[in-house]
Amino acid sequence: MNKTIKQIIESALFSSNEPLSMQQLISLFDSERPTKNQIKDLIEELNQDYSDRSFEIINVASGYRVQVKEGYEEWISKLSAQSSNRYSKAFLETLVIIAYRQPVTRGDIEEIRGITVNPNIIRNLIEHEWIKVVGHKESPGKPELLATTKKFLDYFNLKSLSELPEVKEVENL
Amino acid sequence: MNIQDYEFKAKLQGKSITDIPEDLFIPPDALTIILEEFEGPLDLLLYLIKKQNIDIVDIPIFPITEQYIEYINMMEKMQFELASDYLVMASTLTEIKSRMLIPTDDEDEEEDDPRADLIKRLLEYQKYKNLSEEIDEIPRVNRDTYIVSGIMTHFKHTQKMPTIEIEELEKAFQEVLKRAEIFASHNIETEQLSVRERMSMILDTLNSKDMLSFIDCFNFREGRMGVIVTFLAILELVKESLIDIIQNDNFSMIYLQSKTTKE
Repeated sequence: MNKTIKQIIESALFSSNEPLSMQQLISLFDSERPTKNQIKDLIEELNQDYSDRSFEIINVASGYRVQVKEGYEEWISKLSAQSSNRYSKAFLETLVIIAYRQPVTRGDIEEIRGITVNPNIIRNLIEHEWIKVVGHKESPGKPELLATTKKFLDYFNLKSLSELPEVKEVENL
Repeated sequence: MNIQDYEFKAKLQGKSITDIPEDLFIPPDALTIILEEFEGPLDLLLYLIKKQNIDIVDIPIFPITEQYIEYINMMEKMQFELASDYLVMASTLTEIKSRMLIPTDDEDEEEDDPRADLIKRLLEYQKYKNLSEEIDEIPRVNRDTYIVSGIMTHFKHTQKMPTIEIEELEKAFQEVLKRAEIFASHNIETEQLSVRERMSMILDTLNSKDMLSFIDCFNFREGRMGVIVTFLAILELVKESLIDIIQNDNFSMIYLQSKTTKE
């Protein structure tokens, strides 16, 4: 039986553990390669097919992936006892400053938070591959410049940094 | 836990004070809050200011400073390891306090409010604090959503040969060489693959192909001994000026090229 482009795209997305980029999806086909727009339309069609199912295809920074729709966490979370989904305030504040002010040095983070940066948090963020060192600042000690990665965006279901919550200047408490 | 249970050692105007000043505002639930929860001195200050419901641009620096120092004393009493950052803030507050006590000359009327810088930092910190709460709300993987991955059956997996860096090869080679030295007499006798033979094979391949990648020379099924023999053969070929070794960039692929075809 001949397989349709739609089926092939679906099978590739379902079989992959990592998001697949548009380029990767196009490269699945040797001849008669579909265009980007065709693939986008087919993914849209697939999502319509899934309208009464529990999963959907979404577009994150690294590409397309299949994921469970929101609203099932109440049940799914019972399967895993670990509570690794909660991060400390310090962790989130450090991450947010890197995301919004990147590339930043540890010194910049310390200045905003008013307290020494916990090296474990930075190590943890680097191990998560949410941040990486993108260079060194031309200042004494050549401090590392930290920036967020695509993995960070993937994790938060975002396509780009511009999708992060808008910055609201605080004028009063 | 009650605040009265604590003996304060604050000093005011040289006198040590053991009673809580009456005008000092410490919310009754203050101590039940885990003091460790504060994300640094700015966080603690923000907490103190918010509890008072006051306009940030007009912080009453005197009571706030006193409260802040009381908190630090409490933390010390409860044997929290006090970060030096807290002490830095205490001195900043005291400095602002003392600068506000100095009467300003008419000429200096334009002088900035000594609190301005602190207020700016507090607002900036509050901004990121708000954002960190917002980012916590964004649906994220394995909390609000889960990645789907089907398992493929009957999937023919074409296994890629592992690429071997030359450094790794060298290291492995050195290691084996050391061991080989110990058993030198045995190995020479039993070695099946001769270096010379391998040299010819490589040259032969190079006769039909102009170039051969370094990695392709190795047949990993021959095991470590085979790799060593191949490695030695390549070195020998270079030594005898039979082949050239080319590498365009650092860490890029290494190629063997025959001398004769080049000419």
